[in-house]
Amino acid sequence: MLVPLSWLKDYVDINVTPDELEEKLFSCGFEVEEKYEVGHDISNVVVGLVKTCEDIEGTHLHLCQVDAGSHGTLQICCGADNVKAGGKYPLALIGAQVYATAKDHVTVEGLMTIGQGKLRGYDSYGMLCSGVEIGVNEDMFPGAGYNGLLVLPDDAEPGADVKPILGLDDYIFDISITANRPDCQSIFGIAREVAAVLGQPLKEPALDYTESDVTVPFDIRVSAPDLCPRYIGHYVSDVKIAESPAWMKRRLSLVGCSAISNVVDITNYVLKELGQPMHAFDFSYLEGAEIHVRRAEEGEKIVTLDEKEFALTSENLVICDGKKPVALAGIMGGLNSEILDSTSAVMFEAAKFAHDNIRKSSKALGQVSDSSMRFSKGVDEYTTVMAMKRALHLIEELGCGKVTATKFDINTGNSVEPKELKVSVKQVNGVLGITVPDEDIVRILTNLNFAPKLNGDELTIAIPGYRVDMESYQDVAEEVIRMYGYEHITPTFIPTAEVTSGGYNLKQRSELKIKRALCAAGAFEGVHYSFFSPSDLDLLKLPENAPERTAIKILNPINIDLSLMRTTLAPQMLAAIARNQKRGILSGCVYEMGNKFLPKSLPLTEYPDERETICIGMWGESEDFFSLKGIVAVIADALDVKFDYERDEKTFLHPGRTAKVLCDGEVVGYLGQVLYEICDDMDMRVPAYVAEIDLKALSKYYGKDRKFIPLPKFLEEKRDFCFVMNKDITCAMVEKEIAASCEYITKIELFDIYEGAQLGNKKSLAFSVVFTPKDEEFKPEVIDGFVNTILSNLKEKYDITLRS
Amino acid sequence: MAELGELKEKLSEIRSKIESDLQGISSSKGVYEYKKSVMDAKEGKIGSLMKEMGKIPKELKADYGKMVNEIKNWAQGKFDEMDEKFKAQERKARYEKETIDITLPEKKHKQGKLHPNTQVRNQIVDIFGSMGFSIYEGNEIETDYYNFTALNIPQDHPARDMQDTFYLSPEFLLRTQTSAGQIHVMENQKPPIKIISPGKVFRSDDDATHSPMFTQMEGLVVDKGITLCDLQGMLDEFVKKIFDEETRTRLRPSYFPFTEPSVEVDVSCFQCHGKGCKLCKGTGWIEVLGAGVVNKKVLEGCGIDSNVYSGLAFGIGIDRIAMLKYGINNIKLLFESDLRVLDQIDD
Repeated sequence: MLVPLSWLKDYVDINVTPDELEEKLFSCGFEVEEKYEVGHDISNVVVGLVKTCEDIEGTHLHLCQVDAGSHGTLQICCGADNVKAGGKYPLALIGAQVYATAKDHVTVEGLMTIGQGKLRGYDSYGMLCSGVEIGVNEDMFPGAGYNGLLVLPDDAEPGADVKPILGLDDYIFDISITANRPDCQSIFGIAREVAAVLGQPLKEPALDYTESDVTVPFDIRVSAPDLCPRYIGHYVSDVKIAESPAWMKRRLSLVGCSAISNVVDITNYVLKELGQPMHAFDFSYLEGAEIHVRRAEEGEKIVTLDEKEFALTSENLVICDGKKPVALAGIMGGLNSEILDSTSAVMFEAAKFAHDNIRKSSKALGQVSDSSMRFSKGVDEYTTVMAMKRALHLIEELGCGKVTATKFDINTGNSVEPKELKVSVKQVNGVLGITVPDEDIVRILTNLNFAPKLNGDELTIAIPGYRVDMESYQDVAEEVIRMYGYEHITPTFIPTAEVTSGGYNLKQRSELKIKRALCAAGAFEGVHYSFFSPSDLDLLKLPENAPERTAIKILNPINIDLSLMRTTLAPQMLAAIARNQKRGILSGCVYEMGNKFLPKSLPLTEYPDERETICIGMWGESEDFFSLKGIVAVIADALDVKFDYERDEKTFLHPGRTAKVLCDGEVVGYLGQVLYEICDDMDMRVPAYVAEIDLKALSKYYGKDRKFIPLPKFLEEKRDFCFVMNKDITCAMVEKEIAASCEYITKIELFDIYEGAQLGNKKSLAFSVVFTPKDEEFKPEVIDGFVNTILSNLKEKYDITLRS
Repeated sequence: MAELGELKEKLSEIRSKIESDLQGISSSKGVYEYKKSVMDAKEGKIGSLMKEMGKIPKELKADYGKMVNEIKNWAQGKFDEMDEKFKAQERKARYEKETIDITLPEKKHKQGKLHPNTQVRNQIVDIFGSMGFSIYEGNEIETDYYNFTALNIPQDHPARDMQDTFYLSPEFLLRTQTSAGQIHVMENQKPPIKIISPGKVFRSDDDATHSPMFTQMEGLVVDKGITLCDLQGMLDEFVKKIFDEETRTRLRPSYFPFTEPSVEVDVSCFQCHGKGCKLCKGTGWIEVLGAGVVNKKVLEGCGIDSNVYSGLAFGIGIDRIAMLKYGINNIKLLFESDLRVLDQIDD
């Protein structure tokens, strides 16, 4: 929120520098996001009195001798049409900084520094400036809008800095207001805080006015009190629409509001000053002598001031006259009752509308205004009442109308009087952990206008009507400490707390163990978004009925690509692989441990299954299916379980290089090589591999007991075999058969594969098999017996023979 | 003794033969081969001498044996000497030959690295774990009740505007804050409670400095007599450990619906130590977390007696800490799995 220092000074004497004020505001909860002098871009511009002004023949230029006070008399070439002898204008000295303008002399194109110039052979020692060139518009200073020199007042002293004259030395504070303090969304609201923090008295804005005895037949009714707890209307007659006075235009301009006409400016002024949005209806356009505040009818239409038409629903609140909507409540007035130059009487409105309704309507209709933004944050009725008085005072002050006796105050009975709250001082200090001296508590709460009364431990305060956030001793504690100063908090270390034990639990430890094992195996941990795109499911070529397509939709996604809760981690992994390849990283391995989201019902009626999953992506010319399998096996090792693999099919994986992963007979995942066509589509240059392992299914193995197995007492025997078999027999089939042949086998390891012309349509697999004795050393004939069993079993089952 | 004399002669012949043969040998392998041939029990010049023993008269056997042993020892010594000499030469040659350019690149065993967020998370867990905090991992998908209402953010509360929420249904949403986990913990656990709750959170914000998904860590203590002083004490300890021992905290008023008083916690800039630099935008302070004394409404909503217990809560942006600590300049880099990024951070 923009707060001009000069405006703030209307309500509180500020005896500190702008820097100190920023510091004070910061310490009591108001962060100044930006603070700047209005004319911060302008420097070295002084009052110049043109003593002589001669036309330079054949040009539009004038050669001037300009009195710049202590800066001497300077020769200036000036092209402006309104320069004349005896005039006083802003004079940018050599070295001055001003705004540079385009050829139209209106459009600002950055800054420039004035140097000594030569025009048509005449030296020029500076520049006489227009309003635009020194950042002053018509609203900020009358006449500054002229496309020529800005004319300074006659009493301006030659050589004096122009900033104070033009208000460029004023400061603007851009203050961020937390959501609990809607009462500070105004200049006056900030003034209250500044007064409290500086310990200075607060000066209320003038609220007085005189009512004439004029009345007109009129009525106001509110038939949606839930959305409009308070509606104040006041009829003003004898309205004379004109320009607002310079001081009001200047203030509005400083807070980013352009002046329109006195009556409209008053509503905007009150909004900025007190934080209450107001509206003025042209009385002559109100039909049926009434205002009716009600929910809109379905499909009812209104055209707002900015000439946009809206079709409304019963969720929208409208202000109607006897026949039609004349305003979208709290958002914008209707075009049909706009204040025009011809307006001669107005009905002023100050109301409290339910902030969530205004917020929702404004959002649903896509119509945002200063008023709707203000209402969305919450307006209190104390301010509603005050604002109407202020607006009527300004009507009188500006002399633009007569306040009549026709007035209405429709309310639901909420009091704007202070509310009493009793708290215990001990409790307040108990929140803080320090003891704030009683006199400081009383001083602080007095400064904040809480009228504290202290009786022993009992503190009674009167909460002003605008402090709707104050509810309990905790709120009082916050008020006290933010004014007393957080530097008084002395760090302690929960001396009263019981001892608890902490750290990761088994699940968390196990997950970390897996992550570390994967890292040790060369995989990097990545993290991807929990949501993905419907096109990610198409990328995987999943059929319409694939379970992955049953995904939870985000109702209000940022865009379609972030609109579904992921049901598989693979697509984002593929995207990561493609991204790396695109950036020239042509081999690597990444894993992600994250959730996929499996709904139990759609739309959601209960928490979905957030399934922890590990996805591994690998790419590179020198990688293959088995490199990935090796990484997958790291997970099994970390959990001390064994994975089995069976051939599988996936719509996005190589038909001959895809496996499902099993643990104790349960499918826990898959791995495989990504289809070449998908790699091509994603502009990958090297093959990619992906695996997904269901960590939740494996979680039952977390913390598996590990028992030490004593080392064998007797020497192990190792035998190597080289088998020949049909090509369709798999390594796993052979291993399984070998293992089943003898109970003493502790290790079976494939060490060679051979397929070649020599073997015709057969292949050879070579295994080394370890036999571990239990109670006594093996005699050679015992081992021979084992070997014979293995050979005969393999022969019988798969027609496998030893390679000769 | 004729035999012995003969033998002596024979042995001295053998000796000179061996000596001259050895002249022609120039490698340890040659020595080995030659020794093998000489010592061979059947054919060898020396090895076969013992074979002759049978033919030697009994009374001469001892002398014969002595002489044979003598020459054996002599030959062995000779061979050892030669072997030693050649081996030394050969090793020297081998070392020379095997000398490498040690500035050639190393053979890497490429290890992966934990994600920067995981690293920071582990550090935070170490710190708070040692203070007795356990770790609660909540759901990413939450209900409106747990994410807002129970945290004192009722339906019409303006604070809902502070966080643009992704809705999945009127009831379910993507949690906007890990604070949602607080309520589950307080509903299911009696004080004393000390938890931290790390996790992904989501807000509908996607631009240069915002990611629609980021990572937070909530902390909650509920016990008897917990105060704002405890909050600062605990966070002081935390920032000293996560940044450095010089780091200090500063509290300033703020607003969160579920804490009262609420504070923003700034830390003294760990780069310039408060002098003012680019990182702290010249202020000497960096905003790192939000915190406060748990609002009694929140405690009461979870069935905890606010007359007996009080609490403190804090929320830390894990990505923010990671970015600050490591100087990562764009939050989105954390979610792209670019190996050039992931390979840099290893604490």
